Amino acid sequence: MAISSKRITINLMLIAVVAIIPVVEKYVPLGWHISDPMTDVFVYAILGLGLNILTGFTGLLNLGVAAFAAIGAYVFAISTCEIYPFQLGFWSALGLTMAAGALAGFALGAPTLRVRGDYLAIVTLGFGEIVKDVLVNMDSITKGTQGINPLPPPTLFGTELSGNGQYWLFMGIVLVVVAGARRLERSRIGRGWISIREDELASRAMGIRPDHAKMLAFATCASLAALAGALTASRLSSSGEPGNYDFQISILALCIVIVGGLGSVRGVLLGALVMVGMNSIVLVKLTELIGGSDAAPASALADAHGVQWALLFIKTWAQNVLMSPTNWKFLVFGLALVLMMIFRPEGMLPARGTKEDAPDGDDGASGATAVANKELRP
Amino acid sequence: MQRTVAAAEFLAASALSQADAVGAFARDGLLSSQEVFTQQLVTGLSNGMIIALIAIGYTMVYGIIELINFAHGDLCMLGAYFALTVVGALGVDHWVGAGGLMGLVMVLVGTAAFCGSLNWSINRLAYRPLRKASKLSLLVSAIGASFILVNLGLFWGGLPMDVFANGTSSAAPKAFPALVSAAPAAQIGDVIYSRTDLLVLCVTLPLMVALTYLVRFTKLGKAMRAVAQNPTGASLMGIDVERVIGATFFIGGSLGGFATVVYSLYNQTVSFQMGYRMGMDAFIAAVLGGIGNLPGAVLGGILIGVIRSMSDGYLEARWTNTVVFGILILILVFRPSGLLGAKLREKV
Repeated sequence: MAISSKRITINLMLIAVVAIIPVVEKYVPLGWHISDPMTDVFVYAILGLGLNILTGFTGLLNLGVAAFAAIGAYVFAISTCEIYPFQLGFWSALGLTMAAGALAGFALGAPTLRVRGDYLAIVTLGFGEIVKDVLVNMDSITKGTQGINPLPPPTLFGTELSGNGQYWLFMGIVLVVVAGARRLERSRIGRGWISIREDELASRAMGIRPDHAKMLAFATCASLAALAGALTASRLSSSGEPGNYDFQISILALCIVIVGGLGSVRGVLLGALVMVGMNSIVLVKLTELIGGSDAAPASALADAHGVQWALLFIKTWAQNVLMSPTNWKFLVFGLALVLMMIFRPEGMLPARGTKEDAPDGDDGASGATAVANKELRP
Repeated sequence: MQRTVAAAEFLAASALSQADAVGAFARDGLLSSQEVFTQQLVTGLSNGMIIALIAIGYTMVYGIIELINFAHGDLCMLGAYFALTVVGALGVDHWVGAGGLMGLVMVLVGTAAFCGSLNWSINRLAYRPLRKASKLSLLVSAIGASFILVNLGLFWGGLPMDVFANGTSSAAPKAFPALVSAAPAAQIGDVIYSRTDLLVLCVTLPLMVALTYLVRFTKLGKAMRAVAQNPTGASLMGIDVERVIGATFFIGGSLGGFATVVYSLYNQTVSFQMGYRMGMDAFIAAVLGGIGNLPGAVLGGILIGVIRSMSDGYLEARWTNTVVFGILILILVFRPSGLLGAKLREKV
């Protein structure tokens, strides 16, 4: 598929726009900081890209991707924190983290190769819960719910990065991962993954080894998730408590991939922007805008009667609960999943069609829809 | 070099500390007496019967449309909130004597009807449009539905009512008033059989018998078995498949409704996040027994209840979830058909 120069221009412009956000923010008073939540978006994009390899390309639903992020964060924390004897540098710790993540991916992938689709999803969910509990309970090593801190900040060529430096570093890492994911997608391995998703039996007949390919997908997914976990830990200077890496995070990652488009690298980036943006920018900003109204006391209800009581009841409830946008978080995730599955299972930016489907190297929307439909609606 | 030695020492010390901890569990376990064992067994059996009732809801739905109804646990959570609202609005906890018993029955039946209707609606809105989609899309939709229900629970918990602590913090766990007296029903040796234990038995056993009758001997039950076996064939025989699926969701949901009231009475607290644990326990029970198999769900529920309470008593409560999820993974990997389930072969 030839990439047109127009496409390259558009991509470069998008990258440039994202890259100058911190600079613009410094000189133009926007009223709030967008670069902080944007760094979250980058981390979740990496997590989503990892999950996309397993769930989008290979078609294996993973509901425990947060566990790999937790493993990443803790391996990074233990190998860098000053209270442990290892004290590696940022980049070597990052390498170790990704290797440990891949190993964890193998450990989960190997025994579960033969488990059917929906059961596999539940096994990964159980794995996520076990990892979380083990991290809490083995407190002599992991410091339990306190988390491990302080951790060194990211460095580049010996300089410690903070603020904008971290923003650009994380953005650069996302770009590297995106490039890698797109290369992988079109490589022999990637096409093998996609063929397993479409029809495992047929791909086996074509000489692909589903076991090997699935293990590799697990390891890649886990490795990228571990990278995301390590980057977050480094940014926050703490591994955070194990409870932070719960089912919710796994579902947020799944929402990112599904809203963006299963198997679509561009889609994952958009999905991360939309879902994390909704979570850390829109809901937070709305809370700030609405906030300030104190909790309404329920005591006034005692004196009211009839219709007046009903109105006051609803008003108190709305003021205390409904007017707080962060209370709507789960509803946003849930609606995103249900509505996407019913109305647009291929996602907002569907995966491109394969070469055969879209020979003109165009967006290949028709081919992509066909792929998505095949995947989700056989 | 020095750092390598330090690192090796650290790793060895960590390994030893974990081994020590395991040894400590084993020693404490051996010291426990017969009474402690029986008491844990009673608790485990009671919880197990409740889990079994919820597990039936999972297994019925899986049997008929091969969906892991992820929202089932959160449905039960909303049922608990419904029951709490009814209790709070009518003051059922102050009714005494025969009135108290009437109130309890009313809360049970009302919650069952509520959960049944809600489950029916969820099927109608979130699952029925996906009847022709793949199993994974259906599962994702179910996870979405579960999150929506969790959020509704969060809203519900903020109602300005006394039972919800006037909605001061909608996310906080709420105390569920005791509708059954705390006095023990019987005491043999040091083992106490509480009235809630008795209640669990009085609610769950008749329901299981009734369900068995319904599935085995009624026309609807026959239709349900037919749809489970072959939906297309069933529809050719004049069975309204969608109606049967709807009825299955209603029945499964209402069993969950009964179970959640008993669960709340037994554990005396409800929170908007309890659905996840209830749902996982019940789902693991259904898988352990063989998903799609009704006696299997009951057996699995009892086993999970007992394993949980034994792990709480003899290992350490903080490891209980790990044990239960470990069992789930082992079963799914090595014997996905469960204890009583027939061997399944995946269709190509």
